[in-house]
Amino acid sequence: MTYTEAVALAVASAVFLDMTVLGTRLVLRTAFWVSYGIMLFFQVIVNGLLTGLKIVRYDPAQILGPRIAFAPIEDLLFGFAMITFTLSLWVWVGRRKSAGRRAARAPRGADR
Amino acid sequence: MQGTYLAILAACLVGTLPLELALHVGVYPRWPRVLLTILPVVAVFSVWDVAEIHARAWNYDPRYIVGVYLPGSLPLEELLFFIVIPLCAVLTFEAVQKVRPDWAVPV
Repeated sequence: MTYTEAVALAVASAVFLDMTVLGTRLVLRTAFWVSYGIMLFFQVIVNGLLTGLKIVRYDPAQILGPRIAFAPIEDLLFGFAMITFTLSLWVWVGRRKSAGRRAARAPRGADR
Repeated sequence: MQGTYLAILAACLVGTLPLELALHVGVYPRWPRVLLTILPVVAVFSVWDVAEIHARAWNYDPRYIVGVYLPGSLPLEELLFFIVIPLCAVLTFEAVQKVRPDWAVPV
Protein backbone atom coordinates (compact mmCIF):
# COMPACT_ATOMS: atom_id res chain seq x y z
CA MET A 1 0.00 0.00 0.00
CA THR A 2 1.41 3.38 -0.90
CA TYR A 3 1.26 6.37 1.42
CA THR A 4 -1.48 7.70 -0.86
CA GLU A 5 -3.63 4.61 -0.42
CA ALA A 6 -3.00 4.46 3.32
CA VAL A 7 -3.98 8.09 3.74
CA ALA A 8 -7.20 7.64 1.77
CA LEU A 9 -8.06 4.72 4.06
CA ALA A 10 -7.22 6.81 7.13
CA VAL A 11 -9.50 9.66 6.08
CA ALA A 12 -12.36 7.27 5.30
CA SER A 13 -11.86 5.51 8.64
CA ALA A 14 -11.76 8.74 10.63
CA VAL A 15 -14.96 10.04 9.03
CA PHE A 16 -16.65 6.65 9.46
CA LEU A 17 -15.67 6.62 13.14
CA ASP A 18 -16.92 10.15 13.64
CA MET A 19 -20.23 9.65 11.84
CA THR A 20 -21.04 6.09 12.81
CA VAL A 21 -18.99 4.25 15.41
CA LEU A 22 -18.43 7.08 17.89
CA GLY A 23 -21.45 9.02 16.62
CA THR A 24 -19.86 12.36 17.38
CA ARG A 25 -20.68 13.70 13.86
CA LEU A 26 -18.17 16.52 14.18
CA VAL A 27 -17.74 16.81 10.41
CA LEU A 28 -21.23 18.30 10.41
CA ARG A 29 -20.26 21.03 12.90
CA THR A 30 -18.93 24.55 12.35
CA ALA A 31 -16.68 24.37 15.43
CA PHE A 32 -14.92 21.37 13.91
CA TRP A 33 -14.31 22.97 10.52
CA VAL A 34 -13.16 26.28 11.99
CA SER A 35 -10.75 24.38 14.27
CA TYR A 36 -9.54 22.24 11.39
CA GLY A 37 -9.05 25.38 9.29
CA ILE A 38 -6.86 26.91 11.99
CA MET A 39 -4.89 23.66 12.37
CA LEU A 40 -4.50 23.44 8.57
CA PHE A 41 -2.99 26.91 8.50
CA PHE A 42 -0.42 25.94 11.11
CA GLN A 43 0.10 22.53 9.53
CA VAL A 44 1.19 24.18 6.30
CA ILE A 45 3.78 26.11 8.31
CA VAL A 46 4.99 23.25 10.57
CA ASN A 47 4.84 20.60 7.87
CA GLY A 48 6.49 23.05 5.49
CA LEU A 49 9.38 23.34 7.95
CA LEU A 50 9.67 19.59 8.47
CA THR A 51 9.66 18.84 4.75
CA GLY A 52 11.27 22.02 3.45
CA LEU A 53 14.27 21.52 5.73
CA LYS A 54 14.15 17.89 4.62
CA ILE A 55 13.88 16.66 8.20
CA VAL A 56 11.45 14.11 6.75
CA ARG A 57 12.26 12.68 3.28
CA TYR A 58 9.76 10.78 1.12
CA ASP A 59 10.16 7.98 -1.40
CA PRO A 60 8.81 9.47 -4.63
CA ALA A 61 7.38 6.08 -5.64
CA GLN A 62 5.01 6.08 -2.68
CA ILE A 63 3.52 9.54 -3.07
CA LEU A 64 1.59 11.12 -5.93
CA GLY A 65 4.06 13.94 -6.33
CA PRO A 66 2.24 17.24 -5.89
CA ARG A 67 3.30 19.25 -2.85
CA ILE A 68 1.96 22.26 -1.00
CA ALA A 69 4.63 24.34 0.77
CA PHE A 70 7.10 21.44 0.39
CA ALA A 71 4.74 18.92 1.97
CA PRO A 72 3.27 16.04 -0.06
CA ILE A 73 -0.47 16.50 -0.46
CA GLU A 74 -0.86 13.16 1.33
CA ASP A 75 0.39 14.91 4.49
CA LEU A 76 -2.60 17.23 4.43
CA LEU A 77 -5.01 14.31 4.25
CA PHE A 78 -3.04 12.56 7.01
CA GLY A 79 -3.46 15.68 9.13
CA PHE A 80 -7.20 15.71 8.50
CA ALA A 81 -7.49 12.06 9.51
CA MET A 82 -5.47 12.53 12.68
CA ILE A 83 -7.29 15.71 13.75
CA THR A 84 -10.74 14.28 13.02
CA PHE A 85 -9.91 11.08 14.92
CA THR A 86 -8.53 13.10 17.86
CA LEU A 87 -11.45 15.49 18.17
CA SER A 88 -14.00 12.69 17.77
CA LEU A 89 -12.33 10.85 20.64
CA TRP A 90 -12.16 14.05 22.72
CA VAL A 91 -15.91 14.62 22.36
CA TRP A 92 -16.78 10.93 22.76
CA VAL A 93 -14.72 10.57 25.95
CA GLY A 94 -16.26 13.79 27.25
CA ARG A 95 -19.77 12.49 26.63
CA ARG A 96 -19.00 9.17 28.30
CA LYS A 97 -17.70 11.01 31.35
CA SER A 98 -20.73 13.31 31.45
CA ALA A 99 -23.10 10.36 31.19
CA GLY A 100 -21.22 8.66 33.99
CA ARG A 101 -21.52 11.70 36.22
CA ARG A 102 -25.24 12.02 35.47
CA ALA A 103 -25.78 8.36 36.30
CA ALA A 104 -23.89 8.73 39.56
CA ARG A 105 -26.08 11.69 40.59
CA ALA A 106 -29.44 10.11 39.75
CA PRO A 107 -29.19 6.34 39.74
CA ARG A 108 -32.08 4.35 38.32
CA GLY A 109 -33.73 1.99 40.72
CA ALA A 110 -36.99 0.24 41.51
CA ASP A 111 -37.39 2.31 44.68
CA ARG A 112 -37.24 5.63 42.81
CA MET B 1 20.89 21.12 14.54
CA GLN B 2 19.85 17.87 16.17
CA GLY B 3 17.22 19.54 18.29
CA THR B 4 15.45 21.08 15.30
CA TYR B 5 12.46 18.73 15.16
CA LEU B 6 12.10 18.93 18.95
CA ALA B 7 12.26 22.73 18.80
CA ILE B 8 9.42 22.78 16.26
CA LEU B 9 7.29 20.65 18.58
CA ALA B 10 8.18 22.83 21.57
CA ALA B 11 7.13 25.89 19.56
CA CYS B 12 3.72 24.28 18.98
CA LEU B 13 3.27 23.80 22.74
CA VAL B 14 4.50 27.28 23.61
CA GLY B 15 2.41 28.82 20.85
CA THR B 16 -0.79 27.25 22.18
CA LEU B 17 -0.05 28.02 25.83
CA PRO B 18 -1.96 31.33 25.70
CA LEU B 19 -5.11 29.34 24.91
CA GLU B 20 -4.75 27.70 28.30
CA LEU B 21 -3.22 30.51 30.37
CA ALA B 22 -5.05 33.51 28.90
CA LEU B 23 -8.21 32.11 27.32
CA HIS B 24 -8.57 29.49 30.09
CA VAL B 25 -9.89 26.67 27.90
CA GLY B 26 -9.17 24.27 30.77
CA VAL B 27 -7.71 21.45 28.67
CA TYR B 28 -4.58 20.69 30.71
CA PRO B 29 -6.59 20.45 33.98
CA ARG B 30 -8.77 17.85 32.23
CA TRP B 31 -5.74 15.60 31.81
CA PRO B 32 -7.63 12.29 32.29
CA ARG B 33 -9.80 13.13 29.30
CA VAL B 34 -6.72 14.32 27.41
CA LEU B 35 -4.97 11.03 28.14
CA LEU B 36 -7.93 8.90 27.03
CA THR B 37 -8.09 10.95 23.83
CA ILE B 38 -4.40 10.94 22.96
CA LEU B 39 -3.47 7.35 23.80
CA PRO B 40 -5.50 5.75 20.98
CA VAL B 41 -4.19 8.36 18.55
CA VAL B 42 -0.60 7.66 19.60
CA ALA B 43 -1.17 3.91 19.34
CA VAL B 44 -2.75 3.94 15.87
CA PHE B 45 -0.43 6.48 14.29
CA SER B 46 2.79 5.11 15.81
CA VAL B 47 2.02 1.70 14.38
CA TRP B 48 1.26 3.24 10.99
CA ASP B 49 4.42 5.32 11.11
CA VAL B 50 6.58 2.28 11.93
CA ALA B 51 4.96 0.38 9.04
CA GLU B 52 5.67 3.23 6.62
CA ILE B 53 9.25 3.57 7.87
CA HIS B 54 9.73 -0.14 7.20
CA ALA B 55 8.14 0.21 3.78
CA ARG B 56 10.67 3.00 3.23
CA ALA B 57 7.91 5.45 2.40
CA TRP B 58 9.83 8.06 4.36
CA ASN B 59 12.87 8.54 6.58
CA TYR B 60 14.39 11.18 8.82
CA ASP B 61 17.56 13.18 8.41
CA PRO B 62 19.75 12.29 11.42
CA ARG B 63 21.09 15.86 11.44
CA TYR B 64 17.76 17.20 12.65
CA ILE B 65 16.71 14.62 15.24
CA VAL B 66 18.30 13.76 18.57
CA GLY B 67 18.94 10.14 17.67
CA VAL B 68 16.70 8.39 20.20
CA TYR B 69 14.75 5.61 18.49
CA LEU B 70 11.84 3.61 19.87
CA PRO B 71 11.07 0.01 18.87
CA GLY B 72 10.41 -0.20 15.14
CA SER B 73 12.97 2.49 14.42
CA LEU B 74 10.50 5.18 15.38
CA PRO B 75 12.27 8.46 16.17
CA LEU B 76 11.28 9.83 19.57
CA GLU B 77 10.22 13.05 17.87
CA GLU B 78 7.52 11.17 15.93
CA LEU B 79 5.99 9.80 19.13
CA LEU B 80 6.04 13.31 20.57
CA PHE B 81 4.47 14.62 17.34
CA PHE B 82 1.51 12.27 17.86
CA ILE B 83 1.08 13.73 21.35
CA VAL B 84 1.71 17.41 20.65
CA ILE B 85 -0.37 17.88 17.49
CA PRO B 86 -3.52 16.22 18.88
CA LEU B 87 -3.07 18.30 22.04
CA CYS B 88 -2.91 21.44 19.90
CA ALA B 89 -6.02 20.30 18.03
CA VAL B 90 -7.96 19.87 21.28
CA LEU B 91 -6.75 23.25 22.58
CA THR B 92 -7.80 24.89 19.31
CA PHE B 93 -11.19 23.15 19.31
CA GLU B 94 -11.92 24.19 22.90
CA ALA B 95 -10.73 27.74 22.17
CA VAL B 96 -13.03 28.06 19.16
CA GLN B 97 -15.99 26.95 21.26
CA LYS B 98 -15.03 29.32 24.06
CA VAL B 99 -14.87 32.28 21.67
CA ARG B 100 -18.06 31.22 19.88
CA PRO B 101 -20.28 29.47 22.43
CA ASP B 102 -23.02 29.32 19.80
CA TRP B 103 -20.84 26.82 17.96
CA ALA B 104 -20.28 24.71 21.07
CA VAL B 105 -20.60 20.97 20.66
CA PRO B 106 -22.71 19.48 23.47
CA VAL B 107 -20.89 17.14 25.79
